[in-house]
Amino acid sequence: MNVLWLQSGGCGGCSMSLLCADTTDFHGELRDAGIELLWHPSLSLESGAEVTALFDRILDGELPLDALCIEGALLRGPHGSGRFHIMAGTGQPMIHWVSRLAACARHVVAIGSCAAWGGVTAGGSNPTEACGLQYDDEVRGGLLGAEFRAAGGLPVINVAGCPTHPGWVIDTLTALAAGSFNEADLDTLGRPRFFADQLVHHGCSRNEYYEFKASAEKPSDLGCMMEHLGCKGTQAHADCNTRPWNGEGSCTRGGYACISCTEPGFQEPGHPFHATPKLAGIPIGLPTDMPKAWFVALASLSKSATPKRVKVNAVSDHVVVPPVAKRTRLK
Amino acid sequence: MSRLIVGPFNRVEGDLEVTLDVAEGRVVSAHVNAPMYRGFEQILRGRDPHDALVYVPRICGICSVSQSVAAARALAALGGITMPPNGQHVTNLVLATENLADHLTHFYLFFMPDFVRPVYAGRPWHAEAARRFAPHTGERVRAAIAARQRWFTLLGTLAGKWPHTQSLDPGGSTRAIDASERSRLLARVREFRRFLEAVTFGAALEEVAALDSEAALDAWVDADPQRGDLRFFLQIARDTALAALGPGPGRFLSYGAYPQPAGGHALGGGVWQAGKLSPLDVEAIREDATHAWLSDEGGARHPASGLTEPVADKPGAYTWNKAPRLAGEVVETGAIARQLASGHPLVLDLVRRHGASVHGRVVSRLLELARVLPMMEDWLRALRPGEAFCTPGSLPDEGVAAGLGEAARGSLGHWLSVRERRIANYQIVAPTTWNFSPRDAAGRPGALEAALEGAPVQPGETTPVAVQHIVRSFDPCMVCTVH
Ligand code: SF4
Ligand code: SF4
Repeated sequence: MNVLWLQSGGCGGCSMSLLCADTTDFHGELRDAGIELLWHPSLSLESGAEVTALFDRILDGELPLDALCIEGALLRGPHGSGRFHIMAGTGQPMIHWVSRLAACARHVVAIGSCAAWGGVTAGGSNPTEACGLQYDDEVRGGLLGAEFRAAGGLPVINVAGCPTHPGWVIDTLTALAAGSFNEADLDTLGRPRFFADQLVHHGCSRNEYYEFKASAEKPSDLGCMMEHLGCKGTQAHADCNTRPWNGEGSCTRGGYACISCTEPGFQEPGHPFHATPKLAGIPIGLPTDMPKAWFVALASLSKSATPKRVKVNAVSDHVVVPPVAKRTRLK
Repeated sequence: MSRLIVGPFNRVEGDLEVTLDVAEGRVVSAHVNAPMYRGFEQILRGRDPHDALVYVPRICGICSVSQSVAAARALAALGGITMPPNGQHVTNLVLATENLADHLTHFYLFFMPDFVRPVYAGRPWHAEAARRFAPHTGERVRAAIAARQRWFTLLGTLAGKWPHTQSLDPGGSTRAIDASERSRLLARVREFRRFLEAVTFGAALEEVAALDSEAALDAWVDADPQRGDLRFFLQIARDTALAALGPGPGRFLSYGAYPQPAGGHALGGGVWQAGKLSPLDVEAIREDATHAWLSDEGGARHPASGLTEPVADKPGAYTWNKAPRLAGEVVETGAIARQLASGHPLVLDLVRRHGASVHGRVVSRLLELARVLPMMEDWLRALRPGEAFCTPGSLPDEGVAAGLGEAARGSLGHWLSVRERRIANYQIVAPTTWNFSPRDAAGRPGALEAALEGAPVQPGETTPVAVQHIVRSFDPCMVCTVH
């Protein structure tokens, strides 16, 4: 499977993250999966005219393009001209290159939330008119349009995340190369379901604190970060706590809130990221699929039943009260 | 005179275009264009100051932590918050993990592959270079990616993930480390030490760090020329005369790296010029937007009152990058500046003999790998599990502050002003903003623009290989440059 990888309005972090894929031989793993990187901005030898010659061969139909991977938002400004990113050496806006190449690719893959929805680059007043390949935040459209389908029949595949997890990219490309990825594998926002059907909350190391609503109050506390510190793990679609990052990590394991970086529009939550917005003391963002009345009832019940150990440790940065070691066998 | 427009330039973390005027086989003048603008400084305006900790790491996927550290320092200065020693050590460990990874990535993935190019097919070392450094297939390239992957698992534990952690707080680290985690981290650092000693250096780190002159370096290479990738590079560098390629402005800037709980920096900073180190006057920094597609209203400005406003049709402009100057002068920043400012005898000797060069920049980066990794072992040993890692603090509704630090590729500064609990202005001057700056109002070319003058262009070359070596020797980060 021939893969061309281009970067525009982003930070390059999804590529840097990809190189952290859990393998002892990154290039060997790609090759064994049948993935041929025609060109990648950080990994390939070719520069300058060698690269534009490659684009010409693709556009002329000489070289088949099986997957076009785009990292970074598409910068339409100023005033629709695309001049916020003129691709070096070509005099052409990057959005033109992306549109033309997408038209001859079998699959188009958005790598990261910028390419999927606009992401951080579309934050604030969105000074560069940034958008995703097929979305403008949660609204279908984007650069390629709501109706776009690549030659292989699929809409843009949104491997969202800021950055995206290396495993999400490898699994998507591997499945595409094996011909085993189809429309049923995408969720309603075009994200691969193997990670988007999970919630960050699943497997979080703070689950016991969540159960008892024993909450962290300040940075480095061990408690659940939903009530005060802005955690959206119960709403964010991703498997970050069952497929950890960089060995044994995740945002919540690192002591900071999940900001739901796989969701469209995550960059503008409408409140400061580090504090949970509340209405009458109840967090506005309730756990996915949970009616408010139930949440309120369960929260007050579990708060009243919190063991001392959980209550104390929740506001400490290390275990102060250890679990009691029982003298009999566990039942 | 002929003109070459070179791009897309890859292995520079972002997009880059260089326009070269060439006569008689030499570059006569160069104009450097950072062709992409995202507008972080505009996006940050009006936000809660804490939001900077979410936004600024996303300026850059390769120096993400450096951006976080600069923002956290600015916020700490704003709130008058002091980190506990554990917080300082973890911050340094997280930053050093990124900086050393970037040095490794630069050498194996970005810089060395150019020696595999067909123009060098006739050189005696070419086949061996291809065996080691060919992209996708080179033995050492693949080994380095694997070592890097393992190395970054340090940050899974210390910072949740990389890139784009939010664990670096103005008060320290949100992730406390216990005693067993500390031993695992130490074991992981030693694993990388073994990789560097076996593959990169073919020598103990302490032996490399003790090389104290160019003569000592030469003797070290000649004693065992094929052993380790640094010696192999140095042989290529001799053959291709890299010590005479890509001179710098002769003024070097470092803000000082890795502040210590007891005061001072592990690698001290300052401005190094003509054999002498002087203290930095931060107030003497100005950003000149004359040749940028940005408003230059009010002339060159100090970043504390900087302005970032796109003017896409501005006459005479040729890049999105501003031109920072220190007391009106062009400076170079990066590992070479840190090694000079911290007084390492090998780099002092190299610069005394040759000035800055492609060779000196690469040697400084690898030397830094050998010098900083043992410091990380010390910082890990200095952690006190059970004591605080983070000081809680709050931010005032109004104020101004700066956060300065060293990314892998040089000096990074954030300047922040807050009014009514909102960011009123946020200005970022990144390392490559300095190194790849355009001409200023006085017409003085930036550091790379000047370094390219005189570079050889061989007949028929459209992307001259010497130009590629010079550009990549700065380890540019284009996404940081303009942000
Ligand atoms: S910290 Fe977030 S992800 Fe973890 S248990 Fe609490 S709500 Fe769930
Ligand atoms: S935990 Fe949340 S913010 Fe962190 S990477 Fe996963 S989805 Fe993104």
